[in-house]
Amino acid sequence: MKVLVTGASGMLGGAVASLLLRNGRDVRTFQRRPSGVPGAEDLAGDLADGSALANAVAGVDAVIHLAAKVSVTGNPDDFYRTNVLGTAGLLAAARSAGVQHFVYVSSPSVAHTGASLVGAVAGPAQPELARGSYARTKAQAEILALEANDGQMPVAVLRPHIVWGPGDTQLVERVLSRARAGRLPLLAGGTALVDTTYVDNAASAIAAALDRMEYISGSPLVITNGEPRPIGELLARICSAGGVREPRRSIPGWVGRAAGSVVESIWRASKADSEPPMTRFLAEQLSTAHWFDQRHTRSLLGWTPEVSLDEGFARLAAHYGDSASRIRH
Amino acid sequence: MVELPGVDPSWSAYLDVPSTADVDPAGTINRWHYLDNLASITGDLRGTLLCVHGNPTWSYLWRSLLAAGAQHGWRVIAVDQLEMGYSERTGRKRRLADRVRDLEDFVSAVGLSGPLVTVGHDWGGVVSLGFADRNRANLTAVVLTNTAIHQDPGSPIPAPLRLALSGAVHRVGTSTTTAFLDTTLALARPRLTREVRAAYRLPYRTAARRRGIEQFVADIPVGPGHPSQAELNRIADSIRTLDVPVFLLWGPADPIFSDTYLDDLAERLPQADIHRFEGASHLVAEDRDIASPIFDWLDHRTENDDDGRPARPSAAFTPLWQQIHERSSGPAADMLAVADMGSDGAVADSLSWKELEDRVSRLAAGLSRIGVRAGSRVSLMVPPGIELTTLIYACLRLGAVIVVADAGLGVKGLSRAVRGTVPDFLIGIERALVAGRLFGWPGTRISVGAAPRARLLGVRHRLEDLLAGHSSYAGEDPAPDTDAAILFTSGSTGPAKGVVYTHRQLSAMRDTLSATLNLAPGSALVAGFAPFALLGPALGAASVTPDMDVTAPRTLTARALADAAAAIDATTVFASPAALRNVLATASGIAPGRKDALQRVSVLLSAGAPIPVNLLEQLQPLVPGAALHTPYGMTEALPVTDIQLEDIREALDSSVTGAGNGVCVGRAVPGAEISISALDPKGTATGVPAALPGVTGEILVRAPHVKDRYHRLWITERASSRTAGWHRTGDVGHLDADGRLWVEGRLAHVITSADGVLTPVGPEQSIEQLKEVRQAAVVGVGPTGTQAVVAAVVPVDAADQAGLASGPLSAMVRDVVRPGGVRLAAVLTLSALPTDIRHNAKIDRTAVAAWAGDALQGRGRKRP
Repeated sequence: MKVLVTGASGMLGGAVASLLLRNGRDVRTFQRRPSGVPGAEDLAGDLADGSALANAVAGVDAVIHLAAKVSVTGNPDDFYRTNVLGTAGLLAAARSAGVQHFVYVSSPSVAHTGASLVGAVAGPAQPELARGSYARTKAQAEILALEANDGQMPVAVLRPHIVWGPGDTQLVERVLSRARAGRLPLLAGGTALVDTTYVDNAASAIAAALDRMEYISGSPLVITNGEPRPIGELLARICSAGGVREPRRSIPGWVGRAAGSVVESIWRASKADSEPPMTRFLAEQLSTAHWFDQRHTRSLLGWTPEVSLDEGFARLAAHYGDSASRIRH
Repeated sequence: MVELPGVDPSWSAYLDVPSTADVDPAGTINRWHYLDNLASITGDLRGTLLCVHGNPTWSYLWRSLLAAGAQHGWRVIAVDQLEMGYSERTGRKRRLADRVRDLEDFVSAVGLSGPLVTVGHDWGGVVSLGFADRNRANLTAVVLTNTAIHQDPGSPIPAPLRLALSGAVHRVGTSTTTAFLDTTLALARPRLTREVRAAYRLPYRTAARRRGIEQFVADIPVGPGHPSQAELNRIADSIRTLDVPVFLLWGPADPIFSDTYLDDLAERLPQADIHRFEGASHLVAEDRDIASPIFDWLDHRTENDDDGRPARPSAAFTPLWQQIHERSSGPAADMLAVADMGSDGAVADSLSWKELEDRVSRLAAGLSRIGVRAGSRVSLMVPPGIELTTLIYACLRLGAVIVVADAGLGVKGLSRAVRGTVPDFLIGIERALVAGRLFGWPGTRISVGAAPRARLLGVRHRLEDLLAGHSSYAGEDPAPDTDAAILFTSGSTGPAKGVVYTHRQLSAMRDTLSATLNLAPGSALVAGFAPFALLGPALGAASVTPDMDVTAPRTLTARALADAAAAIDATTVFASPAALRNVLATASGIAPGRKDALQRVSVLLSAGAPIPVNLLEQLQPLVPGAALHTPYGMTEALPVTDIQLEDIREALDSSVTGAGNGVCVGRAVPGAEISISALDPKGTATGVPAALPGVTGEILVRAPHVKDRYHRLWITERASSRTAGWHRTGDVGHLDADGRLWVEGRLAHVITSADGVLTPVGPEQSIEQLKEVRQAAVVGVGPTGTQAVVAAVVPVDAADQAGLASGPLSAMVRDVVRPGGVRLAAVLTLSALPTDIRHNAKIDRTAVAAWAGDALQGRGRKRP
């Protein structure tokens, strides 16, 4: 089976491509810069380029679509062009090329309207209520993908939640850089319970999807480690793994201070000194409960996460070297 | 009719009904509006519920019954009484007798046949009873919600009604304005939605439409001269001969139809099943789901005729006072029976067996003189000691039902308990009488001890006067299966419930305790734990009450305990864990020469709450000769099991199937059987009761001393006794292969995680092994089946901050529960866990879970 993986230069896309190769699949990758995945057939190109897409899908059996504009700022039109039109173009190209399986990698944020998610299942994508350009355009694209689902080309949608691991620039690096600058002290109060997904688990779930299309096509599934933790604890463990001093607890207080305002204040502070800001969307993600019912996902996918949070943090620590081992989490 | 929330538009119907009511001229035809679910019924028709609303509501009140009835095969017809709702405004003053006739006219016009159940509310309750009384042929059952059939001429009618009836206020309040309507709708608990309030107002939008409300209020008989009084009295008397099942569903927070009226109905209709919805008010049909219990009740009462109470094990019966009686006329007659200790370490007051028998008999005679008789409810608010003991045995001899609600319920809980039982007599010390005045508790007041403001407190009799007579009581003994006592649960799992015991069951409790602890007559016991202590004389044991504030067990000092033990040469000590903890803390204060008294004790029983093993270990040196017993039980079954310290040690080392995961409470006491109803994956106890080792489920008990029933909680009783012959305790646990019971927590606290069902006590015990932790509660947060498991811990270095546990503490707590298969999502700290008032020991995990649930959504509160 030949599989096209888009967005393989990212942490998750790269992990998916590598895993498929290890599983004995032929892998072609498609993105603007080299994927850096050894053994993959690297195809450079842009989602907006119709002929590049046609080349990318030629001769493949399955498409795993991860490429998206995820940057935190930018013109909403750019998000729309890449995330919505790009997905539409890829779906159309795949269909004409006779692709048999299409996996769209989405995000739980497409259904997130700002309320707490407590043991939630995957709700329908709601672009009109989504927070920010990224979530809105991912939601629109997910709807397109699900509408394209049919007997000829089943489409599955997976929504991994907060993917992290060694090499993660979205969450891990930002937390560490704030902590190094001594600006994470308030986060210890964060008790909001949050699900995350270690990158290898997200990758194995996506790979598993290719074998379970008949069970999962047509309706979205959220993917997590199934080990929700208070956000304060997660951030502390990231710091610990990164070799940065665990933030001192300096809120005189209790749980009452919503973690939201805490993260929000960091975001504002970030903007003020013009560092890469933590997005408002991410701030919201980290300040309200976000955890999911994984029973349905696991039974439909026939999958369970192999890397526990503890193991994930150990690997993160190893990635950051010896400095981490001195600090106990 | 316009579309209204909860009403299927097809239910609405009109009917022209020829009138035979006296108020209407011959040939009058009145147009009725009613709701009828006949078209919604799919299966076989079982009968008809005829629902009659009160004032100022209309048939809309019964919409939940119409919907549920269709599913249960019951046709439900809810009428709008004439002048009300959408029925005709005849402009004539309809009296009660007219309204009963109106309903008969409606029923014959509609052409009902087959089984008929009347359902009524408010003054509609009276109308429906009047109908039921006169139309018994097809009458199958009677259901009533907050209503009244009788106004005691001696007591004032409720203040709100008095106001509504007073001249000018009456018209302005009822028809000129919507005040009466608004006030009634505002009684709903919780508040009605805007849409539902609007629906109730819909037929009453103009003053003309509201004339019926005014006339209805005017028809309330307020005195002997009222035109409807005679009919009301006739109905009130006549229903005493109704022989159909009756179900009374009541909102006790009703400011008009209080528990007094419920009690009056219960007395007239002794066959009634009663459920009081604690916290619900006048519009009980709005406040609570009454439909499900009504149809469940109809199934139960109209389908099978057995009363749902299969034979339970019963033992040979001797009255509770048998030992007092025997010993008073035997060789022990002049030996000490009961004693109270003074604060000086000496006996303050005592009675021999003969004196006790004599005093009980004189008091029974005295109580009888003032009207206490078989079936009277007597609330006893007297601290443990000679007075209380004498009162209890005197009441029991008379066949009066003693109501024992202790200050441990808190003032509010106590007040709820007293009101709910509607005592005929309230016997109390001054403090209780003051509270009774303050909260308006019912019952004729009898003072105990000094009551200088007796007149102000409404005291009618003094205990000393009742004892002054020299006649002794020679009445007949009450029958063994009549009610003897109502005891109250601690309220740690919802509002305190009244638990009814018969004489046979109380005697069985005595016999069980005697067999469990080997208490032969002639033992001597220190009564530091009230419920069992009252059984002292019944056991033939000399009993001494130590000097302590019994409402605060932790006030028992080692010195007071030793003084009491010395006074009677005690063989046995009963105390609660809180009391024993304080005894240990004050052990150095024992008076010189009194230490020996404790060394002669052969049985120490810790009861009332779980006691930690290490506390027992620490107690042993103080009572080196004593077997340390700790029973497991509940107000509904005292005790269920018993275990001694050495057996606990053995159990903890045991490796038989089922040993571990929970608190080992030992084996069933003599005469009791234990069974387990296994939990399903949703955490519900659906398993067929069995005694397989290692299977976790709800603990069921069967014994001669299990409660008779809950007091006026039919729904609760039905749930607890739904396994025929057994009491479902609401606790979860399992048996081990050696027949020992291990308690794992409350059924309501079972956690259903994605990894499976778990119970809290096992992991809590593991966490409490950590030296950094003082106390722990393990709870589930989130949807059933995928709950996140959370540990809330009180660290030893008191956390004044509620929030996330530190990294190291969190890691330790997670590690210590992991071998038991428990994966914690979060570890939170707090300064104290919420517990019940009475024992200060039962953790309110429901409150902890709510607190943790909020915290984990980023909405923290300082404490649960």
